[in-house]
Amino acid sequence: MNTAAINKKLQKAFGGRFSAVEENGAVFVRGKSDDWNEIIAACQTAAEKYGATHVVNDIVYTGAQPLPMRLPSLRDDALNGRAPDVLIIGGGISGASIARELMKWKLDVLLVDKEADLALQASGRNDGEVHPGIDLGKGSLKHKYIRRANRMYADVCQTLDVPFHRVGQYVLFRSALLRPVIGLYALWRRLHDGIEDTKLLSGKELLRREPRLSPDTKFALWNPSAGCVCPYGLTIAYAENAVQNGAAVSLNTAVLSMEVRGHRIVSVNTNRGTLYPKLVINAAGVFAEDVAAMADDRFYSIHPRRGTNSILDQKAGAYMHSIASVKDLHIHGKNHSKGGGILHTVHDNLLIGPDAVETPEKENTETRPESIKTVFDKQTQTMPALSQRDIITYFTGVRAPTFEEDFILEPGRNTKNLIHVAGIQSPGLTTAPAVAVDMAALAVELLKKERPVEVNPAFDPVRKGVPVLRELDDAAREDMICKNPDYGEIVCRCEEISKGEILDALRAPICVPTLDGIKKRVRPGMGRCQGGFCSPLVTKIIAEFLGVPLADVRKSSAESVITFGETKNCKGGDEA
Amino acid sequence: MTTGSVDVLVVGGGPAGLAAAISAHDNGAKVLLLEREARLGGILKQCIHDGFGLLRFGEQLSGPEYAERFEDELHAREIEYRTLTFVTGIGQNEDGAFAVHTVGRDGVSVLYAKALVLATGCRERTAKQVFIHGTRPAGIFTAGTAQHFTNLLGQMPAKRCVILGSGDIGLIMARRLTLEGAKVLGVYEAKATPSGLTRNLHQCLHDYDIPLHLSHTVTRVFGSDRLEAVEISKVDETMSPIPGTAQRVDCDALILSVGLIPENELAEALGVQLDGRTRGPVCDGQCMTSVDGVFSCGNALHVNDLVDYVSKNAQQAGKAAAYYQAKPRRLIQMTPADGLLYVVPQRLNLNESNRATDLYFRVREDENNCVLHIEADGKEIFKKRYAFLRPPEMENLTIDFDSCGLNETSRVVLRLEKSAKETV
Repeated sequence: MNTAAINKKLQKAFGGRFSAVEENGAVFVRGKSDDWNEIIAACQTAAEKYGATHVVNDIVYTGAQPLPMRLPSLRDDALNGRAPDVLIIGGGISGASIARELMKWKLDVLLVDKEADLALQASGRNDGEVHPGIDLGKGSLKHKYIRRANRMYADVCQTLDVPFHRVGQYVLFRSALLRPVIGLYALWRRLHDGIEDTKLLSGKELLRREPRLSPDTKFALWNPSAGCVCPYGLTIAYAENAVQNGAAVSLNTAVLSMEVRGHRIVSVNTNRGTLYPKLVINAAGVFAEDVAAMADDRFYSIHPRRGTNSILDQKAGAYMHSIASVKDLHIHGKNHSKGGGILHTVHDNLLIGPDAVETPEKENTETRPESIKTVFDKQTQTMPALSQRDIITYFTGVRAPTFEEDFILEPGRNTKNLIHVAGIQSPGLTTAPAVAVDMAALAVELLKKERPVEVNPAFDPVRKGVPVLRELDDAAREDMICKNPDYGEIVCRCEEISKGEILDALRAPICVPTLDGIKKRVRPGMGRCQGGFCSPLVTKIIAEFLGVPLADVRKSSAESVITFGETKNCKGGDEA
Repeated sequence: MTTGSVDVLVVGGGPAGLAAAISAHDNGAKVLLLEREARLGGILKQCIHDGFGLLRFGEQLSGPEYAERFEDELHAREIEYRTLTFVTGIGQNEDGAFAVHTVGRDGVSVLYAKALVLATGCRERTAKQVFIHGTRPAGIFTAGTAQHFTNLLGQMPAKRCVILGSGDIGLIMARRLTLEGAKVLGVYEAKATPSGLTRNLHQCLHDYDIPLHLSHTVTRVFGSDRLEAVEISKVDETMSPIPGTAQRVDCDALILSVGLIPENELAEALGVQLDGRTRGPVCDGQCMTSVDGVFSCGNALHVNDLVDYVSKNAQQAGKAAAYYQAKPRRLIQMTPADGLLYVVPQRLNLNESNRATDLYFRVREDENNCVLHIEADGKEIFKKRYAFLRPPEMENLTIDFDSCGLNETSRVVLRLEKSAKETV
């Protein structure tokens, strides 16, 4: 599509309030609006799905302004003057997996993330599905990577000691009329994608396998290659393996600005000092477009899209053992939402969601009642027995799509020592293992232009996670407890987590000694009481481990105070 | 791996478990009590306020003092108990014996018992279970968690707080935090009537000028790190927020006292049938659940208002467990009707003596000047007039069912007759 054609479409749809110009090989859409959805619609009008020319949203938004990027309060010069070979910005699944793959070479790699832990944004706030790769357009990067990455999962997760269950996915259809069409689709998928395993099942067969799914199902599409993984668990495992092999991870570290000269990033200014990286990898999620702008390499935009998932009690986990969602074939136009589904997680809960809502706010992860309602209204059609009464928690994540709805995996267009790993959204968790291999290779290729890069013969791909005592048989558990009695002291009763496991998490290669950090690593507080019983105990264990007063322990960030110090010393709110 | 065998195994070392163990011992059983925490006493350990034991001991004790009386009795009888011992699963052998799998600092054990008493207590309903939305900052605590921090760890969880729910622990914490120098801005209750005991409303709120706002709830929380504010809305009769009534209240803590849920994960795994109203097991007059040999008592059976009732009920369970023998039961239903929320026990076993059956019930809503009728097959066998009944206050009666001529087809109904003339 040339800009004349785009402008014609914009003129027709928006009466000339938005216009497009081509600059530096990207389409810049300009204008002004106080309606965010209209801005999204205008940019989507200008964009070509999976196109290589990207749309940059340059429309001035005059509605309620989103808050600026949240920054850590920490200010020091711990990193000042460091000159790593590779600086990775972003500790999500992309950044962590690339860091690990880079360690296969002798490189000085530094990964920074502005949050108090890894995977605190989209990588820790998604459904954990390992997608089979349906619905992806040929020629897209998503399509290019999905099959290869999906097949890597069992091996990667075993090597990194992360639970992964290839449980398969059912797509339910309630109209028998669609059967020939979907049958052809399955055949086409086999020929087109070379995926042999997709099958059509009768409604009866579906209900034999998953009796709680909708009895109105006439037939279903079965994708046995789909699976589920713990998304933050995998991110942490990748990062820990990177650190084991010599990478550095610096949390609470935000990139504030960059100095770019002669099409090169010369220095990167952070809250912990100025860095002089040879190469920068932009894996900054929703903020990738901001990093691109800092690096003078802006040629795409991210339009944040919220999604909320609910987690149901493990008792409801018994309702279903796979992944399922009902599908009605409507012509949705530009509806990019997958509409959510039901997933039996690796921790035996049911996860319901997510929905999809466009938002100008990149890190507003507030939950809203209407999100839960939307998802339940839809998913009770998949499984009538679903009840909001079984919900133990819910959370919101913000996806980071481009207007082309595809990944951006390429060197900077204007700035040479930069690689963009941007627009990563579903199925970005699935594709990460394969994307990481290729992005590490690309980084090495760029670095090799300036100096030789040697293979790291000492690289050890194996990472050992914290043992999960409750999954051991009696003899193995007894043996572990004999060696370390802390493994026999249960702290979190809902998830049956011992003190020993919590201490192991504190001694891991990347120690995040906060309530949330421990919760993400070994799960105390993830169960039905949501930390009601164990949070004081875990707080105490952390304080004792660190040798600090209890009041110094945080939930997550430096400001997330749990208690205000000892009783008898407190001034009431009015006097304070 | 160690094993052992007893007559009665009690799971839980809180007030229910302690009383059950003592009673089972006194009725001739070899008893073992398991407690997952480091010390006996259950939640009483952190209840340092007084008001415990008025019915049982005729004096006002603190929680730890009340627990200590039972612990002393346990020790005096040299009843075996294990702390820091967690039950991971319970199976049943072909001969009916229960195999209780545990872990502790000394390893894994399998313990065999003829009868089980589940005294596993209850847990608190959480923020997400009452659908509070917004951010996920630090500073949102259930009342029991706040109480643990304050009373057991000596830490202040709040300086300026809002309490949601007028359950007893919330009221107790309103006073406790006030005494420690925090400002309690108010207690908000979604229902039109308070959920806590009348005495607590007076002693914890009125005496400290802490306002109680009925028909209000927290609809949203703010703050990305520590809680900064909550949004409070007025609710209608269906407890749905009324649009346009939202107000923002700045605070650094939200403390929730929005209900207790009996803990019955072990019971459910054994196939024990639960009562949807109490969320505890369906049991007979001997506290035996739907699974022969499995007994339930205390807050695991139904949420009690006074610990004195917990002890009394657990004593019965312990005694019945001591005398337990596998034999058929002839069970008939007891049904709560008109105006009653629930009744415990839900069934009577006609093969056992029901000469002095302890009944516990709660009403659905505040009632003045009403009459409770107990009828068997349409014939009245008991009636009692009450000047005042409130849902937070549990009622206890002892009824002689043996003289009522009950048989297998009998149906016992409890109903409340609302008085024609309302007292103002």
